[in-house]
Amino acid sequence: MNWQLYDTWLVITGALCAMACALPGAQLVLRRRSMMGEAITHAVLPGVVIAFLITSIRDPLVMLLGAVVIGVLTTVLVDFVQRSGRTEIGASMGIVFTTLFALGLVLIRAFADDVVIDPHVVIYGSIELSYLDQTSLFGWSVPRGAVVNGGALLINGLVFLVFHKELKLTAFDESLAAAMGFRPRLVQGILMAMTAATAVAAFETVGSLLVVAMFIVPGATAWMMTDRYGPMLVWTLVLAAATALLGHVAALVVPGWFGFEGMSTAGSMAVMSGVLFAAAWAFSPRHGLIARAVGRRQLSLRIAKEDVLGLLYRHEEGARSGDRPLTAGDLREALSVSRSIAVAALRGVRSAGQVTIESNRLQLTEQGRVAARSLVRTHRLWERFLWERLGLRPDHIHGTADRLEHFTSPAMIEELSAHDEGEDPHGRPIPPAED
Amino acid sequence: MLAEVQTDWWDSFVRALLLRDANTLWVVAGVLGLGIASGAVGSFLVLRRRALTADAVSHATLPGIAVAFMVMLGAGFSGKSLPGLLLGAFLAGLLSMVVLVLIRRTTHLKDDAAIGITLSVFFGVGICLLSFVQQLPTGNAAGLETFIFGKAATMLAADARMIGIASLVVVVMVVLFFKELGAICFDEGWAAARGWPVLALDFLLTGLVVLVTVLAIQSVGLVLAIALLIIPASTALLWSHRLPVVVLLSALLGGFGAWFGAMLSASIPRMPTGPVIVLACAVLFIASLVFGRRGIVQRWLSRRSLARRVDRQHLLRACWEIMEQDDVASVPLDRLIEWRSWSRRRVGVCLRRCTGRGLLELREGGAVRLTEAGRLRAGRIVRNHRLWEAYLIRHADIAPSHVDRDADAIEHVLDADLISSLEAVLGATAGSVPPSPHVMGGEGRP
Amino acid sequence: MTQKDPEQSEHVNEASGLGPEHSSGSPLSIHDLTVAYDRRPVLWDVDLDVPAGKLITIVGPNGAGKSTLLKAALGLIPSTSGRIRVFGKPMKQQRSEVAYVPQRESVDWQFPVSALDVVMMGRYGAVGWCRPVGRRHREQALAALDRVGLGDMAARQISQLSGGQQQRVFLARALAQDAQLYLMDEPLASVDAATEQAIIEVLRTLRTEGRTVVVVHHDLQTVEDYFDHVILLNMRVVASGPVSEVFTAEALRQTYGGQLTILSEASERLARSNDVGRS
Repeated sequence: MNWQLYDTWLVITGALCAMACALPGAQLVLRRRSMMGEAITHAVLPGVVIAFLITSIRDPLVMLLGAVVIGVLTTVLVDFVQRSGRTEIGASMGIVFTTLFALGLVLIRAFADDVVIDPHVVIYGSIELSYLDQTSLFGWSVPRGAVVNGGALLINGLVFLVFHKELKLTAFDESLAAAMGFRPRLVQGILMAMTAATAVAAFETVGSLLVVAMFIVPGATAWMMTDRYGPMLVWTLVLAAATALLGHVAALVVPGWFGFEGMSTAGSMAVMSGVLFAAAWAFSPRHGLIARAVGRRQLSLRIAKEDVLGLLYRHEEGARSGDRPLTAGDLREALSVSRSIAVAALRGVRSAGQVTIESNRLQLTEQGRVAARSLVRTHRLWERFLWERLGLRPDHIHGTADRLEHFTSPAMIEELSAHDEGEDPHGRPIPPAED
Repeated sequence: MLAEVQTDWWDSFVRALLLRDANTLWVVAGVLGLGIASGAVGSFLVLRRRALTADAVSHATLPGIAVAFMVMLGAGFSGKSLPGLLLGAFLAGLLSMVVLVLIRRTTHLKDDAAIGITLSVFFGVGICLLSFVQQLPTGNAAGLETFIFGKAATMLAADARMIGIASLVVVVMVVLFFKELGAICFDEGWAAARGWPVLALDFLLTGLVVLVTVLAIQSVGLVLAIALLIIPASTALLWSHRLPVVVLLSALLGGFGAWFGAMLSASIPRMPTGPVIVLACAVLFIASLVFGRRGIVQRWLSRRSLARRVDRQHLLRACWEIMEQDDVASVPLDRLIEWRSWSRRRVGVCLRRCTGRGLLELREGGAVRLTEAGRLRAGRIVRNHRLWEAYLIRHADIAPSHVDRDADAIEHVLDADLISSLEAVLGATAGSVPPSPHVMGGEGRP
Repeated sequence: MTQKDPEQSEHVNEASGLGPEHSSGSPLSIHDLTVAYDRRPVLWDVDLDVPAGKLITIVGPNGAGKSTLLKAALGLIPSTSGRIRVFGKPMKQQRSEVAYVPQRESVDWQFPVSALDVVMMGRYGAVGWCRPVGRRHREQALAALDRVGLGDMAARQISQLSGGQQQRVFLARALAQDAQLYLMDEPLASVDAATEQAIIEVLRTLRTEGRTVVVVHHDLQTVEDYFDHVILLNMRVVASGPVSEVFTAEALRQTYGGQLTILSEASERLARSNDVGRS
C-alpha cells in the first residue's frame, strides 16, 4: 500500500462527509424514520436539477436551497399522502421518493444539454477526484470537498448542540413535547431540512445512492453499542470516521487480493459501514449476539445447577433405605436440558463443593444440602402462595413455581414466608429456613 | 419547424401504439405483463405493511447481478445472458430478506433501520463488485449499469418474452393462492390460529416480491423498481378496500402505467422508460388521491358540509334551549354567544346561513327568533339530541360505535321500539321534544 | 381520607390554599368540547369544571373518549368546537402549570436514555428553548425520582426497568414539571399492587400540596378509595361530582350499561358502603 497525501485528504473528506451525514441519520434511526434518509436523498435530485435549470449556474448555495426546499417538501408530501390517502408510512415514502426521483431522471435526460450532471457521479460520487478540486481556506489550499463536508458537519454539530434537548425530547415523546410547547413538527422539519442539505453536500463525495449508508448505518451501529443518547451520538461520529478510513484502506488493499486494480471508495465505505455493523451485531457487550448467547447460557446453567441440587434434595427426602442413589445419567435425563449444559451444571456443583460423586453415585454435601433446602423451601412457598392466594389448582402450579424459584429475591422470600404453614399444597413439608 | 417535430413525434407514437415494430411489440408485451404482475403482488405487500422491504430487495440485486456476471464469465459464457443475471439477482434478493429478518429478530433495531442497513450495504457491495467487473477485459460493464436506472429499449425480444412468461407465472401463483395470501395480509394471528401455514405463505409472498422486483429491474431500474409494486397498489386502495377489487384494480393500474410509460418513451426521444413508467403510475395515484372516492376533494366537501351542519344544529339547539330555559320568544345575540362560547364572527356567519335558509329571523335590538320552519327543525334536532344522550346513558356498553349523531332522523339508525323506550325514560310522548336527560351530577352542565 | 361528605369537601376546596394567580378560575374548565375523528364523534358537547386541589378520576368504558379528553384539553388533537381554560386562561399561556403523563405504551422504551434523563425531560419546559439543562434542574429531577422511590435506578436504561418502575419514571417526570394541574392517562394500568400504592401515595402528597390531579382510571373497585371526585364519561359527561354522590350504583349502571357482573357487584358493594356512610 502506497499511502500519500492524496490518500490522507481523501480519508479526511470521506470522514467529514460520513460524520456530517451520520448525525441527522442517528436521529432518524431513533425516530424509526431511517427510510426518510433514503427518501430525501433520492428526492433531492429533482430539486438540484430544477435549481440548476432556473439559475443556470452551478452555485452551491442555490443547489443547497433547492435541496432544503425539496427536503422539507418531501416530509410534507409523505405526511400528506399518509394522512389524506390513509396510506401506510412506508408506502407513502416509497410513492413520494420514487416519483420525485423519476422526475429528476426525466429532467436530467430531457435537459441533458443544459444540465451538466453526470449520472455516473450521481451513483458513485467522485471522492477519488476530490483532491484535484482545491480551494483556499484561510490561505491554505485544501480540497473543496473537505471544506463543503466540513461545513456541513460544523452546521449539523451546532444544530445538535443548540437543539440538543429539543431533538432528544421530540424523538422520545412527541406528545409530551407538544404539551410543553416544544413544537415537535417544527423540530422534525429542521431535522429533515438538515438531512436534505447534508445529502447535497455529500452528493459529489459519495453519490446520492450510497449516501444512505452514511446516514443510517453508523447511527444504527452506535445504538447497538450504547444505551445513552449523548454517547450514542459520539459513537456515531467515531463509527462514521472509522467507516471512511476503513473504506479507503479496503479500496486500496482488497482489489489486490483478487487481482484487480481498484474499486469505488464510496462503495467500499458503504461496505465497511456494514462490516462495522456486523461486528457490533456480533460483539456488542450488551446487545451483541455473542453476549446474549453467553447470557442465556449462563442463565440456563444456573437454573440447571439449582435443579440438580433440588432433585438430589427431593430424592434424599423421599428415599427409603435400599433406594439406590441417583446417578449422573438419571440427572441428565431428569433435567431436560441439552447435554452440554447438563454436563457443565454437574461439573459446576461439584467444583463448588455442593455435590460429591463416588463411583457414579451423587451425594449432596452438607454445604450443598443447605443451598438445596433453601431452594426447595422457595419452591414450596411459591406453590403455597399460588394455590392459596391466587387460587390456582395444585396440579397446575408446579411448573410456575419451578420457574419462579430461580428468580426470587431474599425480600420476596421474606414476604412469601408469611404464608409458611409448614406444608405445600401437595402435603409435602416446607423445609425451615434455618436448622 | 415545430409542426414538423410534432408530426414526427405523433408518427412514432402511432407506430408504437399500433405495434408496427416487432421488437416494440415484444417489449410492450413484456412490460405490460410485468406491470400486471407487480400490481397484483404489490397489493399484498402494501396491505401487509411491508412496502419498503421491496426497496431493500431491489437494491440487493446489484451484487447478485455482478457475481452472476463474473461466474458466467468464469464458466466460459458471455456473461450477459439475462436469465443468468436475473437468477443471480433473485438469489441475492432472497439473501437480503434473510439478513433483514435476522436483524429484525435479533436486535432491538426497528424495521426501518433493518431495511436501511440491508439496502445500503448490499448496494455498496454491488458497486464495489461493479468496479471489478469494469476492469475485466471482456467486461463491457456498461451493460450491467443499466440495471441501476433501467433501460427497456435495450430489451431483446427473447428477454421480453422471458419477462412476460415469468410475469404470467407470478399472476397464476397469485390467483392460486389468493385466499391464503389475503389471510396473512389481513390478520396474521387469525390465519395462524386457523391453521394456515403462515411462515410458508410469508415465504411465498416474499419469493413473489423478489421475483417481481428482479423482473422489474431491467426495465425500470433497481432504484425505481419498488414504485411498480407500491404505487398501483396504493392507488387501488384509494378506491376500494375489498381484496379482490384491490388486487384486480392494482394489476390493471400497474399494467396500464407500465404500458403507457413504455409507449411514451418509445415514441419520444430522450424519455427514459423506467422514470416515465413511474411518473405515469404516479399521475394516476395523484388523480385518485385528489378525485377518488375517498379523495381529498370529496373528503373536504363532506367535512365542510358536516362542519356547517353541526354549527347549524348547535345554533338552532342553543336557540331552543335558551328559549326553553329563559322562557322567552326571541333570543338576544349576546346570550347566544355566551351559550355556545363561539366567537361573535362565527355566530354571525352561522346566523346568516340560517336566516338564508329561512330558519331564523333577525329582530331589532340584536335578537334572533325561530321561524315556523326553524321551530320545527330545532324541535327535531333537540329531540334527536336528547334521545341520543339518553341512548348513550342507557346503552353505554355498546353505544360509541353506534352513535351517528348526524343522522337527521334517528329512526334510521335505531329501531322504533328502542326510541319509544328511550322516550318513555325521558318522560316524553312519541314525537314530542323530551326534557333533557341531564339530571345527575351537579357540575356537568351550566 | 376520602372526602365523603360534600360539605366537608367544599370546605377543603376553599381552604386548599392556591396562590392568588390561580384564584381566577377552575384548574381545568371545558365548555362545549366536541372532538370528531372524521365523521365519528368521540367527545360530544363535554362541559366540565374540575375542582381545585382534589384527586379527580375520569372513568368510563372503552372507547368512551377518556384519553381523547385529556389530549384535547392539552391541545394535542384538534377539536371541532369548544373552549378550554386552565386557571382561567387558554392552555397556550398556561403550559408551565400543566403536567401530562401519557400512556406508557406511547413511547419506545428501547430509546437510549436513562431513568434520570427521562425525568429531566420534565424540566425542559422550565428550561426553555435551546438552553442547556443546569445543575439545579438536574437536582430537581433526582429529587423527583427519589419521591417515587427510584433514586437508586437513576442510571438504568429505561428498558431495564419493570413496567411498574417505568410508570413511576413517568410519574417522576410529571413531578419534575412542578405543575399545578396534573393530567395522567392510565398511570395505574398494568402495574403491580405495590407500585399502585406508591403512586397513590405520591398523588395524595400532591393533593395536600394543593395541586389538582386528574387521572384516567380503569379499575372501578378502587375509585372510592383513591379519589375525591369522579367524572363518569361516555362520549359525554354522564355525571361529575364528589365520589360519594356520583359513584352510585345507578350512575355506574348508566355509564357501563350494568352488563358486566363484576361491575354490578362492585356497584352493589359501593351502594352498601354509601348507605352505611350516610346513616
